[in-house]
Amino acid sequence: MSSVERNEAPTKKTSGGFSIDFKALGPFLALVGLFVLGTAINDAFLSGGNLSNIFTRAAFIGIIAVGATFVITAGGIDLSVGSMAAFISGAMIVVMNGLVETLGAGVETVLLGVVLSVILGIGAGAINGLVSTKGKIEAFIVTLGTMGIYRSLVTYMADGGTLSLDFDIRGVYRPIYYGDILGIPIPVLVFFAVAVAGYVLLNMTPFGRKCFAIGSNEQVARYSAIHVDRIKTLTYVIQGLCVSIATIIYVPRLGSASSSTGVLWELEAIAAVIIGGTMLKGGYGRIWGTVVGAIMLTTIGNILNLTDAISNYLNGAVQGLIIIVAVFLQRGDWRRKKSK
Amino acid sequence: MTDAAVHAVDPDQEGRVRLSGRQICKSFGSAQVLFDVSIDLHAGEVHALLGENGAGKSTLVKILSGYHQPTSGELILDQAPVSFVDSEVGEGHGVILIHQELNLAEQLTVEENIFLGREIKRGWFLDKATMRAQAQELLDQLQCDVDPRARIRDLAVSDRQMVEIAKALSKKADILILDEPTAVLTGREVEILFDQIRRLREQGVAILYISHKLDEIKAIADRVTVLRDGRHITTETVAELEKDDMARLMVGRDIKQMFPDRVPDHSAEIVLSVRDVCVDGQVRDASFDLRRGEVLGFAGIVGAGRTALMEAIIGLRERSSGRIERNGAPVKINSLQDAKKCGIAYLTKDRKGSGLLLNMDMRPNLTLLALEKFGRVFIDRKAEEAALETAIEAFDIRAADRKSKVGDFSGGNQQKLLLAKVMETDPDIVIIDEPTRGIDIGTKSEIYHFIGDLTDRGKSVILLSSEMPEMLGLSDRIAVMAGGRITGILMGDGRNEHEIMRHATGISGKQGASVHE
Repeated sequence: MSSVERNEAPTKKTSGGFSIDFKALGPFLALVGLFVLGTAINDAFLSGGNLSNIFTRAAFIGIIAVGATFVITAGGIDLSVGSMAAFISGAMIVVMNGLVETLGAGVETVLLGVVLSVILGIGAGAINGLVSTKGKIEAFIVTLGTMGIYRSLVTYMADGGTLSLDFDIRGVYRPIYYGDILGIPIPVLVFFAVAVAGYVLLNMTPFGRKCFAIGSNEQVARYSAIHVDRIKTLTYVIQGLCVSIATIIYVPRLGSASSSTGVLWELEAIAAVIIGGTMLKGGYGRIWGTVVGAIMLTTIGNILNLTDAISNYLNGAVQGLIIIVAVFLQRGDWRRKKSK
Repeated sequence: MTDAAVHAVDPDQEGRVRLSGRQICKSFGSAQVLFDVSIDLHAGEVHALLGENGAGKSTLVKILSGYHQPTSGELILDQAPVSFVDSEVGEGHGVILIHQELNLAEQLTVEENIFLGREIKRGWFLDKATMRAQAQELLDQLQCDVDPRARIRDLAVSDRQMVEIAKALSKKADILILDEPTAVLTGREVEILFDQIRRLREQGVAILYISHKLDEIKAIADRVTVLRDGRHITTETVAELEKDDMARLMVGRDIKQMFPDRVPDHSAEIVLSVRDVCVDGQVRDASFDLRRGEVLGFAGIVGAGRTALMEAIIGLRERSSGRIERNGAPVKINSLQDAKKCGIAYLTKDRKGSGLLLNMDMRPNLTLLALEKFGRVFIDRKAEEAALETAIEAFDIRAADRKSKVGDFSGGNQQKLLLAKVMETDPDIVIIDEPTRGIDIGTKSEIYHFIGDLTDRGKSVILLSSEMPEMLGLSDRIAVMAGGRITGILMGDGRNEHEIMRHATGISGKQGASVHE
């Protein structure tokens, strides 16, 4: 009997090895690729100044994205982070400016601003988490709502205009963004510390394991005696805390807040998470991937600045393309594993 | 020669081979799962495919219906070689596979599901009236009183199965493949299904019926093909095989003892007392005691309230009244966490939906319920690995690769892992809901012996099962529920199918619990 060979389509089963390695290393390889490209385009790309610039800018979205990694890994989403950052910046500026009269433009005033930021971040995160878990409303809807609320609160505080930080406080506060330790900019150090803490929390603790479990299958988590609502709420609190840390670094850089502060940052943060290999539907998250994702997004903008080949105005288009390609690659891998 | 009592194979039809697989081989990557398997499906015949989990049954039927392509070998339809590039081509030729896992769109209605992708149209618009009428007709044929407008998500699993069958019928299947259709059906529903299968057989449909249940194969099939480890073992007329023969051919060895020996001790101390537990609309005044080292079975038809009662006991469902005592002392159990602290563990019947994280490997699955045991601040991976090592040994979990996702495991290995996961909390009382659903006979026996071992170690087990042999073979006492009430607790010789059915159908009267010795 002749055997039918015309429709041979052997389904490949992952036999370990290459594809998995590629999946884990994919974002790193892509980043290396970008750096090679950047160097080829302009020698100035690898200069200390430029690199420091890239990492400092990446720190900001990166810190927020570390928080988003927790939320997304546990199967949630937080669309409110950009507005939250704007609101926290505005509140910090208003309060610090107000404190100048009583406390003077000193370190105490800045510290109180920082404390306020942390409280607001944690509080805003807790609201997102509690409303979606206790109210049993989709996180997408809840954070879409709070996104509008925080945004209009900052507009209201600024009375439609711009809130500017008191000039003297700016002087005191400035080193948080512009300072460095051993030549490494403080934002980069903070970013690194947040990433390490995030990595440890997500990968080495019961809390992190529970995030994976909930994102992977909430029902299984519930039947495994996990306090699903509590863990999910905590991921939003971590997200809020990360937003507050990012804002603390950001305020001295711009020294102002307005209704246009932080617009679309939520999408950049989510993009960094997804490029890094975290599954948008939850159940799988990777902090280092997120870090690389954030650096990649900033690097793209930086390279476009250094070249005339593509207009800098197309930055968003290139980023968008990279996000889609990253997810496409992820899904291809996923499907291959599933098919059997 | 065929027995007259069994559905005789008409000699005229003997030649009417509709679909054949010839020397089918199939490999996934480096793993070969089918070796030179051949099978013939005849018009007007029910052909059973029998084999343990992992024997290659599902792979074979997926090849026969176009979901997979054979690595080598060929398909012959009505004497001509064919290739089903995908399942749509297969369906175009009238070959329809009803999957083990139902494939219905939960948010859509019954009629929308039946005509999904083949909607009847009038001009540019859907002809809903015609579709509804045809759907109703199909459901009537199946004696299924489901409203065509009902949403799938609101239906019981057994009704969903009937909808799947109605869908297949609507596609004018003349070669129908049923992959373990009765796994989720009750006795009455199985009878209706069998009537339908017989009716289809009379109409000349070729039917391939996959099951582990030997009773069913005896009842419905004309011929049986046994697969083991991806190889064709035999094809024989069902009348010529006894159930024991089939079991032996399937497992490849004699199953010496299906159930563990049990010596019930009806005077052991009471470890759990449930008193007057009510769940709104589901359970009324349920009371029972569980003794140390005992297996207490809970029988009843689907919807009798057994699962609701157990979920109420372990805090997954709200109790409207009632109390629970552990070792004579009242306890408050309002969540699964509370139940865990009281030493009560629950093994869900839905191992894929609520038991295991299918996209993860064994280690995180094993330790998820008892995570605090492996470190409060940091998880001790070495301890986890050691626990996994022990569990693999103790529960005979056979996984080729420890890193593979548990979603790729056979049902039997998943069930063993789930059992191991629950035992990580070291409970005194284990509530097991359908321990062997969709599991082959060899693994079943293993699981029965695990349950026996638990009770030998002084643990107590509450067993919920819709499989009568398992209920009778394992339980020391059997509580029967009907309409949310415990209608009887059977002991000793009172534990028989007749008594169970009498109480399960409510014939025994509603005067509360009666005890039969």
